[in-house]
Formats: sequence, C-alpha cells, structure tokens
Amino acid sequence: METITLSVFRGDAAGGVFQTYEVPVTPGMVILDAIHYIQKNLDTTVACRWNCKAAKCGSCSAEVNGKPRLMCKTRVEDLKEDAKKAPIRVMPMRAFPIIKDLVTDVSWNYRTASKIPPLVPKADAAGKPFVMQQVDVDRVQEFRKCIECFLCQDVCHVIREHDRKDAFFGPRQMVRIAALEMHPIDDLNRREQLDAEGGIGMCNITKCCTEVCPEHIHITDNAIIPLKERVADTYFDPLRGLLTKLGVMKRDAIKQPFESVESNLTKIVQPTPTAMK
Amino acid sequence: MAMEPYDTFEYDVLVVGAGGAGLRAVIAAREAGCSVGVVCKSLLGKAHTVMAEGGVAAALSNMRNPDGGSEGDSWKTHFADTLKGGAYLNNWRTVEIFAKEAPERVLELEQYGAVFDRTPEGLIAQRPFGGHKYRRLNHVGDRTGLELIRTMQDKAVGVGMNIHMEVTLTRLLMDGDRVIGAFGYYRETGRFVIFKAKAVVLATGGWGRMYMYTSNSWEGTGDGLMMGYEAGAELLDMEMIQFHPTGMIWPPGMRGILVTEGVRGEGGFLKNSKGERFMFTPEYTPERYKGQFAETPEEGMKWLDDKKANRRPPELLPRDEVARAIYKEILAGRGTEHGGVYLDVSHRGADYIKRKLPSMYEQFHELGDIDITKQPMEVFPTIHYTMGGIKTEPETCSTTVKGLFAAGEVAAGLHGANRLGGNSLSDIIVFGKRAGEGAAQFALNHSHGTLDAAQLDDEIDLLLSPLESTRGENPYTVHTELQETMQKNAMIARTEEGLKEALAKVLELQERAVHLKVEGDRCYNPGWHAARDVRFMLKASEIIVRCALDRKESRGAQWRLDYPDKDDAYWGKHNLIASDNGGEVKVEPRRLPEMPEELKQVLAEQG
Ligand code: SF4
Ligand code: SF4
Ligand code: FES
Repeated sequence: METITLSVFRGDAAGGVFQTYEVPVTPGMVILDAIHYIQKNLDTTVACRWNCKAAKCGSCSAEVNGKPRLMCKTRVEDLKEDAKKAPIRVMPMRAFPIIKDLVTDVSWNYRTASKIPPLVPKADAAGKPFVMQQVDVDRVQEFRKCIECFLCQDVCHVIREHDRKDAFFGPRQMVRIAALEMHPIDDLNRREQLDAEGGIGMCNITKCCTEVCPEHIHITDNAIIPLKERVADTYFDPLRGLLTKLGVMKRDAIKQPFESVESNLTKIVQPTPTAMK
Repeated sequence: MAMEPYDTFEYDVLVVGAGGAGLRAVIAAREAGCSVGVVCKSLLGKAHTVMAEGGVAAALSNMRNPDGGSEGDSWKTHFADTLKGGAYLNNWRTVEIFAKEAPERVLELEQYGAVFDRTPEGLIAQRPFGGHKYRRLNHVGDRTGLELIRTMQDKAVGVGMNIHMEVTLTRLLMDGDRVIGAFGYYRETGRFVIFKAKAVVLATGGWGRMYMYTSNSWEGTGDGLMMGYEAGAELLDMEMIQFHPTGMIWPPGMRGILVTEGVRGEGGFLKNSKGERFMFTPEYTPERYKGQFAETPEEGMKWLDDKKANRRPPELLPRDEVARAIYKEILAGRGTEHGGVYLDVSHRGADYIKRKLPSMYEQFHELGDIDITKQPMEVFPTIHYTMGGIKTEPETCSTTVKGLFAAGEVAAGLHGANRLGGNSLSDIIVFGKRAGEGAAQFALNHSHGTLDAAQLDDEIDLLLSPLESTRGENPYTVHTELQETMQKNAMIARTEEGLKEALAKVLELQERAVHLKVEGDRCYNPGWHAARDVRFMLKASEIIVRCALDRKESRGAQWRLDYPDKDDAYWGKHNLIASDNGGEVKVEPRRLPEMPEELKQVLAEQG
C-alpha cells in the first residue's frame, strides 16, 4: 500500500520535537485524515482540534509545510511531489501560544471579539422586519462567510512577527467590524474604535491575510482598505468635518457615537494553569 | 476528592453546550436577569449548528414569486407539515408552539445581526424544501447554520456570560432529586471542575458517533443525553434516528460529508447506475404524499421554471422516504461502483450552480477534485440527526428531573418519527429561548442546593482508571467494534435478528469497556477523552437498540423489514419511553397526549 511520511510537532509550551509517522494513503485523503489515522493506530496522545471535517467550522487550523492551512482542506494528493523530497511537516499556528502538539491558545481572538458591540439597528428599523436590497448586503454577506479559523491572524506580521496583540485587533476582527460598519441598518459609528484600540493603522496592506483565507474573503481590498478610508475621512478630511458641523453632511451625524461596551460583561474563563500529569 | 484539586464556579443558570440552542438559552436567561455560565466541549462557535445549510423553516410568507411563492403559508400549514413529516408521533403542543413562534424568532435574528438573502422586495428570501408545502426556508446561500451561530454568539457575548471552552462535563450533580450543577474536566489540563447552578440547561446536541457513516464530529457521543438519563430523566423516541439521504460515499476522504438537500431543491437528480431517475418509481411515493409530487421527469423539469403550475419532483420527498428509496435501489443491484447512487445537478449549468450553491461547489472542487457543474456526486444515506432524546415539557422545556431543562437536538418531541429539513434551526431558536426562560424562572425561585461531594467519587474513579490501570482495552478498538455492529444491525433497515445481534454485541462491549487503558497523561489527551466518551456511547447504543426492537412496525426513520407496515391502531398512538431503573434500561410504551379538537380541525383543513 502506498504510504506518506508526516513529521508532526509533538510538545507543549516548554518545547518539543518533530516526530515522523508513516501513514497509508487512501483516495481523497486530507491531512486531518492522516492525523486521525495516527491517533487511532500509532499514538493516541497526539492532540489536534477538529469538528466538521468539511472546512466549515475553522477548528483544524495548523501549518502544513510552512503554510497556514485548514488540515481538513489540505489534500495529501497535492503534497505528494513535495513528500518525495521530505516528510510533510505539520505544526501548530505560530502566532499563538502552544498548548500541546497542534493545539494552540486562541483565546485572545475571543477576548478582542468581545470588545466589538453587535448590531445596533437604527431607531426606525428596530423591532420590524428589515427591508434591505440584496445588492446592499452582498458585501456584508461576503464578510459573514468567515469561519473564525484565525489563519489570517496567524499570518499577519503585526501579530506573528511583532506580537502586537495589545495594539491591533487583527484582520479577522477587521472583517467583523466591516460587516457591521457596512450593514445598511447598523447605527453605531465604529470608526473611533477601529482607529484607537482596533489599531487599523498598524496594517500596512501586505495582503498576506487575504492569501490564506480559506473562505476567499477579500480581507484587504474589501474590508480593511475601505475601513481605512472611512477612518481617514472622519478624522483627517477638514471639508467633511466642516460640512458635518454645518449639518450638510448627514451620514455620520445619524450614526450613534460609539459607546465603549463593558467588555467585562463577557468573560472567557481560562483553565487554571496546572497540568495534571 | 480531597486529594484532587479542582475549580468551582457558581451561576444562576448553567448552559451545557454552545450551539444554537445553548446560545439562545444564554440570551434568554440573561435577559431574565440571571448570571449565566456556558460550557462547551470545543471552541466557541464551532458547534454542529455550523453544518446546517439549507435554511431555517418559518412561515413568514415572504415570497411573491409568480412561479410559486409562499403566500398562503401560515403556522397552521407548518404545523400540519411537521406532524405529517413526523408520521404523527410528535407532541402536538410542542409542534403548535414551534410553528407559531418560529417566524418571530427568525425576525429577531435579523435584529441581532443575521443577514439573510433578500427577495426583490427586500425581505428575507425563502426556498422550497422537502416536506414543506410552501417556500419556507429562510436562508443565507448554503451556510445558514453558520449565520445563525455567529449571530447568536455575538449577541450572547454582547449580553454577557462566562464562557468555559473545551470543558467536558461527565456528570450532573444532585441534591436529592434535584439537579444542582455539573462536574467534568478541562480538556487542556485535565483538571477537574465543578459548576454549581440553580438550574441547568442541556443543549448538547445529538449523538451519531456510534455509527460508521455519520456526519457527526467527535463531539456527538451522547454525553449530554446520558448525563440526563443517569440523573433520572426520561428519554423519548430513542429509536428514531435520521439518515440524511445524501452523504458522500466516495472518495473515502469525503465519506460522511453531507450534500445539502438544497441541491435537490435547486433541481438535482437522483440516478441509479442505469441512469434512471428512480425516485419516479411510483412505489417510492407513499400513500400520504400521492398526488402532491410530479409523476414524470418531464413534469419535474417544468417545475424548475414554473413552480405554480407544476408539482415538485419526488427527489424532494421527506428524508426518510428518499433514504429508503436509495437503499432499495442499491439492494436491487442498481448502485454505483462504490455502493451509492448518483446525485447530479450539472444540468443546471455552471453559472446557476456557482450562484445558488457556492459552498457546495467549492467544497467538492477543493476537497474531492469533483466539479459538480460537470459531474455527479456519489451518495449514500448517512446518520445525521437524532429525533429522540430527553423528554421535555413543551412550555418551559423542563425535563422529568427537577432543575434540569433541555433544548435542541438533545431534546425530543418536536420531530416525531422524522424531522423535516429546516426545522432543526427553528427548533433551536424557539426552544432555546423557552429553555433559557424556563431555567431562569426556576433559578429565580430557588436557591443553590447543597453539594455532597461524595457523589463524585465514582465518577473520578471512572475517569482516572484508564490512566492508572496496567491492562485493559484501547477505547478506539471498542469504539470501532461498536460502529461496525451499529452500522450493520441498527442502521436504516432493521430486523429482530439483526437488532438482537447488535444488543448482544453492545452488552459484550460494555463488559469489555469496564477495563480500558490509555497512554499518556491528562493534558489534551484524545485517547483519555475517548475512554469516557465510549462508555456514554455504549449505553446510548443499548437504549437505541432496545427501543428499535420494541417498536414492531415501520414508521418514519424506523424501518423494520420484518414489520414493513405502519401500525396506526397501536404504535401510531404510542411513544417509547426509556428510563434508568437501578442500572437497567427500562423501555415502556406510553400513549401520546390527545390532540384538542381545534387542532384536529386545523389538520383536517390542511389536508
Ligand atoms: S494586510 Fe494588514 S491585516 Fe492583512 S496581513 Fe497584511 S498587515 Fe496584517
Ligand atoms: S477572515 Fe478568513 S482567514 Fe480570517 S478567520 Fe475568517 S475565514 Fe479565517
Ligand atoms: S474540521 Fe472544521 S474546518 Fe477543518
């Protein structure tokens, strides 16, 4: 039977090694199948996350031969040529602290998400069925395809290289805010947050995030750049500022100013850090 | 316990499970003024709800299409369709509440931020679906479940909760006959954790992992169900397990992945190896649907363009009927090379398919190198949904145990013997809310119970023994053998002989599972987790098989080759109830509650 060799990171926050495993190849096999084969037949202690095995839940993110990928969407077939030269390397996402093997601590993403208030409908639409045209929600729907795999966060150099999780929400949350900011009925002005704690200015449009997005969301072109423009308009366009003051420009005036949410309402409870050996 | 360090948390309401039902319960309990903790086995937002594709069924009557809209739809039609689909085993009151409240719950999602596809008038767009008389599935392309869970996740975070991710609960804590919390462990560290709560909502979803072909993730092991059962809750309709007619069977890497019913809704054909659209075989359309479906492929084709003047093709019969027809075709030797049938939508053209079924197109293209705009898929019925579960009272979703509530797939009563597509998503929002409110009411009227920690000793032993023992079986081996026997003997076509064989095997495996052994330590160790999961699955399997044995008729998902007919006189009026009787499984038939006259009238009017 044809086999393929995988080199899988085994270890925890303290360090680890790459362990090789030989796995039989079946038609249509993906990397996640190979990891499951290892768990079932070679070593039951290998840790990984997964849920849907259909590229819909965003749980199985890892780095395969150096590229941030969903393991359930990475076909062994496509890596066969590379595998002839060297074993396929499977390792955890690099931008997040390692818990064990392929599992990383992604709780930061949930903590930042809890700072972003959900939709606040305009007063005249609250409590009634929304009337919105399809063309006006196409873009928003593109952003809402996000499966929260956090691969874009993993690849973004602001987070990965410079570890500025303190100053930048990251591309995933930019997509989230864009979906709200461009929602025809949302009434919050989200630009101040974007500029301040969101740190949109940290992004220098390298587009690495867009390249890895398994949902093919045009993160940079459709979300981040338009958001940057809106922020710039609000803060740096003197004419716009004047017109808004005079009441000629209404768009921002009808949006409610952003009130910082009590981000302590929701708490992501972290396990007590004692490993039970 | 004294030796074992653990964390303790205290909430008014503890919600177990963070899929759609759990999150909707969180929102409701918070709005009622309670402190809420929510526990999930995975990360937040990864639950099975994301897998739902087709839509959320609610009679909004938004479609004004000349080619067949949804004008004329009402809760009454949705009520009648749901009962008919469930072969009248449903709880009438549950279905009534459901059909009446679903539209309001869907509109509320929009207020929370869900962005549904729109009609030309700018309202929520609805699509036709199997078993629904009108276009009733409010949808977002083919990722409606993702939209629902993300919407409620954001809303729940907004209203405030404590989230405990990657925690597995294994036992409910009791104070006498009342549930006062739950016990389990952190997956990450293996440390134990106790949640004390005035009321507990189980929203833990379904269980399908005891079968080989299943669309369930590793989570679907029935632990929520079995925790409820072990605490004394009655279970209902456990023999009723839905097979999604079109799960992928080839290539093996895609096995079990579902092909949404939307593919058939958008005109997909089912074909056997001879190229025939076998669903048009008259015997595949049961009596109660006669005259409502197209009788020739020509008429079926016309329906695609003019939905008003033509009847829909029989590919859109309810799931149990389609699954059985596929099974019969394969049995008759007209299956594909890999043992399935073909599902083909390529005749709709690449543009149409990419627009209407974008994630299907992409998924097949990227995962299986299959271009569905050009070639057919190979499909086979796959375990998909459990209609049965914890018996709940319709108004507040309370179970037969004090302080314990249940909603969503883990609860039973709404779907009867078979669930209609689209009804699961409306189920979770209607009853998620009611369960949250029910639990909140209970919590506001009760104080915390008293915990006697001695009740945890057994559970801790059970959890730790596979790590400490020097010999014993590998839990994966036991699991695989369980899957083989359930797949062979308790799947779509059942007989007394097969079920008895399955029962004997399950009991043998239960014996063997007393001694399990796993390698490694307690830190994120899937082998260790599997050891506890497999015990839950073994008990749940025993209950499924015993109920399937007792129901001596064919109805909905229960298809007995040795009792091929419906028995309306007796079994049509009885549910099977399973409960724990001092460690033994007790199964008893119980008469369905009598439907009031005015609802019988509604049914008669709806035809
Ligand atoms: S475009 Fe911006 S957000 Fe995306 S990877 Fe580059 S710096 Fe990060
Ligand atoms: S935007 Fe794309 S890459 Fe980023 S989390 Fe969402 S799906 Fe993943
Ligand atoms: S397992 Fe769900 S995205 Fe890979």
